[in-house]
Amino acid sequence: MLHRKTLAEMAKELKAKKVSSEELTRTFLERIERHNPRLNAFITVLKEQALTEARGADKRLAAGEGGTLTGLPIAHKDIFCTAGVKTTCASRMLENFVAPYDATVVARLKQAGTVLLGKTNMDEFAMGSSNETSYFGPVKNPWDETRVPGGSSGGSAAAVAARLAPAATGTDTGGSIRQPAALVGLTGLKPTYGRVSRYGIVAFASSLDQAGFITYTAEDNAMLMQAVSGFDEKDSTSLDKPVPDYVAALDQPVKGLRIGVPKEFFDKGLDPKVAEAVQAAIGVYRKLGAEVKDVSLPNFWLSVPTYYVVAPAECSANLARFDGVRFGYRCKDPVDLTDLYMRSRGEGFGAEVKRRIMTGTYVLSSGYYDAYYLKAQKTRSLIRRDFLEAFKQVDVIMGPTAPSTAFGLGEKADDPVTMYLNDIYANGVNLAGLPGLSIPAGFANGLPVGLQLIGNYFDEARLLAMGHQYQRETDWHVRVPKNYE
Amino acid sequence: MSLTPDDVKAIARLARLSIAEQDIPAYAKNLSNILEFVAQLDKVDTAAVQPMAHPLDMSQRLREDAVTEQVDRERYQQNAPETEAGLYLVPKVVE
Repeated sequence: MLHRKTLAEMAKELKAKKVSSEELTRTFLERIERHNPRLNAFITVLKEQALTEARGADKRLAAGEGGTLTGLPIAHKDIFCTAGVKTTCASRMLENFVAPYDATVVARLKQAGTVLLGKTNMDEFAMGSSNETSYFGPVKNPWDETRVPGGSSGGSAAAVAARLAPAATGTDTGGSIRQPAALVGLTGLKPTYGRVSRYGIVAFASSLDQAGFITYTAEDNAMLMQAVSGFDEKDSTSLDKPVPDYVAALDQPVKGLRIGVPKEFFDKGLDPKVAEAVQAAIGVYRKLGAEVKDVSLPNFWLSVPTYYVVAPAECSANLARFDGVRFGYRCKDPVDLTDLYMRSRGEGFGAEVKRRIMTGTYVLSSGYYDAYYLKAQKTRSLIRRDFLEAFKQVDVIMGPTAPSTAFGLGEKADDPVTMYLNDIYANGVNLAGLPGLSIPAGFANGLPVGLQLIGNYFDEARLLAMGHQYQRETDWHVRVPKNYE
Repeated sequence: MSLTPDDVKAIARLARLSIAEQDIPAYAKNLSNILEFVAQLDKVDTAAVQPMAHPLDMSQRLREDAVTEQVDRERYQQNAPETEAGLYLVPKVVE
């Protein structure tokens, strides 16, 4: 049952020579081979490369070298540039793109000795909440294969939930780590904007994008965050702030902490059974000695509309680089340069990406900029102000991660606005640049529910500690979908 | 905010996206719905609010203008659709 162990447990056994990295790696590669055809969680599997890396890690471990993460297998969302490996962003545009360099997150994890199992499926260019916009087809939720795993890091979420990988990277622009983590019953952290380098991550919305991890436990997440957090001169928005010891901080008690519960999070639109599970989870913190108070985020209702101005605007600017000239897809027989641009982009991008580029192009176009983009940057200020006001009274904010449990494949695919509302509790956290953690908090309708913890800037250590303390009291995080035990 | 098929064609042109004629009505409908949804922002008085530029109000960091690495043109051009003698090829632009 190697695949049921947490990263922390695997690390101990590697150090004690009870297991080798090669054994661990083979275990997960075999599981990928067996289950991936059904789940579609991976776009690329790096069998030979992973085994070579594992044997290298075993040599270092045998020599008494290597750190905490040496020899641990992981997977990367296919948005992280990985030198010499296809990095597709789940798009026809980048179907054959081989990254010439490593993203900083990839480089730091490689440096720490992790073994890369493969690259996971995702919504195309990270635009989606269901993993249905992937050029390589949708990912299935291991808890119920007729349902979505959430998105955009849906492949990472499904892979870890089905124990095809013990942990995976994700990116979160408007909920893309937290929402899929919630929908498959895992732990997912979106760090403070600027905490983790964005260098080498295919850019979607640069003022919102952050990288993080989807793991079984808060402890595993802390171990990985330790390796990737901190200043990177290659990312101009990386912040030069010391990185605390996330693992050592896990033992911080919950007792005496003040938890704020925004009444706006429990308004219409929230599945009552999800609300019930979330309230029960908050009850566990109360039992652990936390003080729970009501807080208000009066401008909360502005977060999704604000997000759908800011994110598409930045997406339209970022995706302008895909021009069919320097890299990526090129249409056949262009008659002139404009035709080359238009058809390469029209054929290379899927419908949701095109919708967002067009929305962004429109809101930034001459005569509309003030009405949309400037307005949204102002409402963004209001959203941030609400959070900062709340943090004057409480240490952490809690509520649901997503308004419902996993929905059916195809159920919301035809209506973008309905799809966007899946991230109603997530978008505001990105707009304000705050850290957010989703942890498994029980089940509703037989499907996992996520509890979201929102912290003040750079409070990742506190969020992870609170997640860890909850996971010492509960066993939701060790549940495995029945076909993947 | 309701977009006409001609509006969609104009936006697609600005964004350099070819859209098949038969798909235009669906884009018009979906984009109109999105713009109608974001129009909720109009209900808020933001006359006295400063636009947010960075969550932590940081300004852009500058660095020394120094050479840190050499561009490996050959490796980068392996991802290009069409090159010749180290140059990227495009259809004829100047007659």
